[in-house]
Amino acid sequence: MFSLFVIPFCLGVLALLVVSILKYRRWISQFDKLQQMLVRKGLLSWKILGAAWEAFREGLLHWRITKHHFLLGYMHRSLAFGWFLLIVVGAVQASLAYPNGHLPYVAIFFNFFEPRSETIVHFPQAQFYANLMDALLLYVLSGLILAMFKKVWSRPMGMRRTTKHNLTDRVAKAALWCIFPLRLMAEAHTSAIYGGGGFLVNVLGELIASTRLDHPILEYQWWLCYSLALGTFFTLMPFTRYMHIFTEVFLIYFRKLGLRENNVRTGYTKFEMSACSRCGLCIDGCPINDPLGISNTQGVYLMQAVRNKDLFRRAEKMADQCLVCHRCSVDCPVGIDLEAIRRQVRINSRKKTDTASGYDYLKTVRPFHALGRVAYFGGCMSHLTPGITESMERIFQASGTQYWYMDKDKTICCGRPLLQQGFESQARELRRKNTQLIKESGATLLVTSCPICYQSFTKEYNLPIEVMHHTQFIEQLLLSGKLRLQPQNQLRVTYHDPCELGRGSGIYDVPRRVLSHAAQLLPTRHEREQSLCCGFNLGNAVLSSEQQTQVRERARQNLLEPHPDMIATACPMCKKAFTHGTDTPVRDIAEIIADAIMEKPLHTT
Amino acid sequence: MKKVAIIGAGPAGIEAASLLAAQGVDAVLYEKEQQPLHNLTDKAFLFPNFADAQEVAEKILAKLNTPGLTLKADTEVTQLQPQAASNGWLVNGEAFDAVLLTSGYTTFDAHRKEELGYGIYPGIHTSLEMEKMLREGKVVNTIGEMPRRIAFLQCVGSRDEKVGNHYCSKLCCVTAVKQAIEVKKLMPQCEVYVFYMDLRMWGQHFEELYRQAQTDYGIKFIRGRISEAGGTFDRKVQIKAEDTLMGRPLKLTVDLFVLMVGMEASRGTRNLGALAGIAGEYGFAQSVDPHIADNLTAQNGLFVAGSCKRPMTLTDSLTDARSAAFEVLKQLLEN
Repeated sequence: MFSLFVIPFCLGVLALLVVSILKYRRWISQFDKLQQMLVRKGLLSWKILGAAWEAFREGLLHWRITKHHFLLGYMHRSLAFGWFLLIVVGAVQASLAYPNGHLPYVAIFFNFFEPRSETIVHFPQAQFYANLMDALLLYVLSGLILAMFKKVWSRPMGMRRTTKHNLTDRVAKAALWCIFPLRLMAEAHTSAIYGGGGFLVNVLGELIASTRLDHPILEYQWWLCYSLALGTFFTLMPFTRYMHIFTEVFLIYFRKLGLRENNVRTGYTKFEMSACSRCGLCIDGCPINDPLGISNTQGVYLMQAVRNKDLFRRAEKMADQCLVCHRCSVDCPVGIDLEAIRRQVRINSRKKTDTASGYDYLKTVRPFHALGRVAYFGGCMSHLTPGITESMERIFQASGTQYWYMDKDKTICCGRPLLQQGFESQARELRRKNTQLIKESGATLLVTSCPICYQSFTKEYNLPIEVMHHTQFIEQLLLSGKLRLQPQNQLRVTYHDPCELGRGSGIYDVPRRVLSHAAQLLPTRHEREQSLCCGFNLGNAVLSSEQQTQVRERARQNLLEPHPDMIATACPMCKKAFTHGTDTPVRDIAEIIADAIMEKPLHTT
Repeated sequence: MKKVAIIGAGPAGIEAASLLAAQGVDAVLYEKEQQPLHNLTDKAFLFPNFADAQEVAEKILAKLNTPGLTLKADTEVTQLQPQAASNGWLVNGEAFDAVLLTSGYTTFDAHRKEELGYGIYPGIHTSLEMEKMLREGKVVNTIGEMPRRIAFLQCVGSRDEKVGNHYCSKLCCVTAVKQAIEVKKLMPQCEVYVFYMDLRMWGQHFEELYRQAQTDYGIKFIRGRISEAGGTFDRKVQIKAEDTLMGRPLKLTVDLFVLMVGMEASRGTRNLGALAGIAGEYGFAQSVDPHIADNLTAQNGLFVAGSCKRPMTLTDSLTDARSAAFEVLKQLLEN
C-alpha cells in the first residue's frame, strides 16, 4: 500500500520529529544544576500521573480557557481534542481493518487505501467507525468555523484584542486551517467513485458524483493537497507557536517535578516560552492595555521578541512597560511565569548599572536583641503612610504583643522594588543585611504592613522564622481573643485587592474576614483575581503620572460604584494612590481595626 | 433695571457687586456660608505690610451697604443655566441679565500628604491653623508651652506631581516668610526654619521682607523638601529632609511643624464651572484669554473674576473684580 502523495506528509512528520528532539535535548541540557537534579530525582515518580491528567485537561480539553469563556474553550477543545480523537480512532479503525499490521500513514489516509486494498478485512463495526470518524471531523470543523469567525470578530469569543502574529505563524495557521476541509473533500471524492464513508462523507460524495466531478485524477489531487497541508504544517510546527501543543505537556511535567523560573534564563525558560500558544489572553486584562491603550508590550509579544533573539532590540523597552500586577500570569491558560521572564530581561538590561557599591551605610545599622518578640517591618511605603504604622503600633500594644519595630528609624528597603527593576545585586545587598538583622535579633515572627515586602520576605528571602502580612497577624489576634473590637458598626466599605497581596501572594480571604469584624463589605465588579491595579505599583518606572492616574481612575470607579462610606485596602501604595483621587476616605485594614479596638487609643490629636 | 448675579461673597464678589450697584445695576450677591468674606476674616495680618486683616476686612465688608446690592447669604447656587430666549441666565430660579462667578478657592487638604503626618501626630498644623494662633497671639506646642523650634514647609499640595497639582499657588512663599516673622516677633528666642524648593518673591516688597527675615530675625531657610514627619515620645515632631544645597540628609526635632497648604479650586468653583461648561485645568474656571479677555468666558453673559480662575492674592482679586465689573457693564450697555 503506497502512493506518491503520502511523501509530503511523511517528510513533514520526519522533520517535526528530528527538529523537536534536537530542540528539546538542547533545552534540557540548558537546565541549571537544581533543575537537572529535580528532573533526575523525579523522572519516574508518581507525579507523572498528575502531570498526565493535567496535560489531558489543559492540552486537550482546555479547561482553563473554558472557564475564562465557554465558546473560546469550545473552539480550542474541538480543534485539539477533536483532532486527537481523529488520530486515535483512526488508528483503531486501521488496526481493525488490517489485523496483520500496516504502515503508520495508512491510518491517516485510511479512506484512500480502503477501497483499493486487497488485504483489508471487513470487520463488523466498519460502518460505525466510518460514522464516528465523520462525526469527529464535523466536530473539528465546527471549531475551525469558530476560529475563522474569531479572526473577523473576536468579541463574541470573549476577546477584545487578539495577537498580531508573524509571517511563519500565519503560514502555519493557513496550512492548519486547510487540513480539515481538504480531508473532507478528499474523502468525499473517494466516496464519489467507490462509495463508502460515513454519513457526512457519503452524502458529500453522492453530491460530487451527481455533478460528474468524480474523476480519479481529481480525487488524487485532493489527497495530494491534504498531504501537502499536513506536511507543511508539521515542517513549520517547531518554528511556530504550534509547538506549544507538545511543549505544554513537557512543561506541565517539569512543573510537577518542582522546576521554577529564576532570575537567569535557563532551558526551563525556553520550555515556557515555547509553551506559549500566543493566544493573547494576556492582553485584554492588562492595565497597560486597558485603559492606557498600549497593546504591544504584553507577555505574548515580549516572549516573541525574546524568542526571536531580540533582533529588533525591542525586548528591553517592552519589559519595562509593565506594572508587574500579575494579572497576565493569572489569565495565562498555560500558567507561564510571565513576571519572571520579564524580570530576566530587565536584569539583563541593567547589567552595566547594577553595582552594589554605595551600600556602605548598611554597616552602620546594628542588630537589636528582640529575643522572642514579634519583629515588625513597616516598609518604605508605610513610612509614607504613617497612619498604617501608627495603627499597627496601637494594635500591638492593645493586644499585649511584645514587638520590635525594626525599621522605625534606620529604614532598609526589603529589596523587591530594586529587583523588580532588574537591579539584582543591589537587592541582594539589602536582603543580606535584613536577613542578618532578623536572624541576630532572635525574633520569632516577622510581620509586615506592605504586601511588596511580604512577597519579598516569603519568596526572595530564606528566613528561619514565619512571615505574615499584618492582615494575617490581626486575624490571629482576633481569633485568639487578644484583640477585642467594639460591636460591629454599620461602616460600609469596598475592599481593593492589592496586586502584590492578592494575585502575587494568593491572599484574598484573610483581609475580607478581618474586615468583616469591623465593617460591612460591599462586593465590586472586579475583585479577587480580576482586581484592577491602582497604577502606582513600583514595578513600572516608565509610566507618566498622568498615565498612572488613568489606571487608578478605572480602579477607583470600580471601588466607588457601590457607593461605600470608605475604601479599604491592605497596601500603602494603593492607599496613597486612591487618597489622591477621591474625597471618599481611604483606609488600610490596620487603621480600620485600630479604630474599632475596645480600649482607648494611645494618641489623640 | 438690569439685574446681575454675583456668585461668591469673597473680596472679588463684594468689590464687583458694590461697583455694579453703584452704577445703578440690581446686584444680587450669593454666598453659601452664613458670613461673607470668611477666607479673609480668618487671617491675622496681610503681607507684605502686616496690615491688620480684620481692618481690611471691615473696609471691604462696608461696601456691602452700597444701595442696590442685595446679599443672599447661606444660599448655595445649585442652578446656573443660560436662557437662549432672553440672552440671560437663570440662577436658582431667578432670571438675570448677566452672571459673574467669584466662587474662589479652598486650601489643599493636608491629610492627602499622609507622609507629613497631619492628623496623625500632634504638633503638625496647616498654615491656616498657624494664622489662627497668630491672630489669637498665642502660639504653643503640644503640651501648652512656648515652642523652642518651629519648621515651616513650603509647597504642600502645590507643584506636586504626586497629588496631581503641578501649578504654583503663588502666595505661600511670602506667607511663610510673613508668618515666620510674626512668630519671631512674638517669641524672639524661638528657632524658625523654612524648608523650600525655591522661594518666589515676585511681588512688591516681598524680596525685602525675605531679606529682613534672614538679617533682622535670624530665620533659617533650608532648600529641600521634607520627605516624612513622625511623632516622638515627648510629643514633638521629627522631620526627615534633605538639605539640597549642602547635599546631605537631615533630621530635625521641632515643637511645631507648619504645612504651607496650597490653593485649589473651591467645591463651588468645581461644581459651577462644570455646570456652566467653563471648567478648566485642575477644576479652576477658564476665561477666554488670560491677556486680553480674562473676565470673559466661553458662555455669553457669564463672567469670571478672582481666585476661581487661578491662585490669586487679595490685591490681585480686588483688581480683577474691578475689571470684571467694567466688562459686565459694557455688555449690559451693548444689549
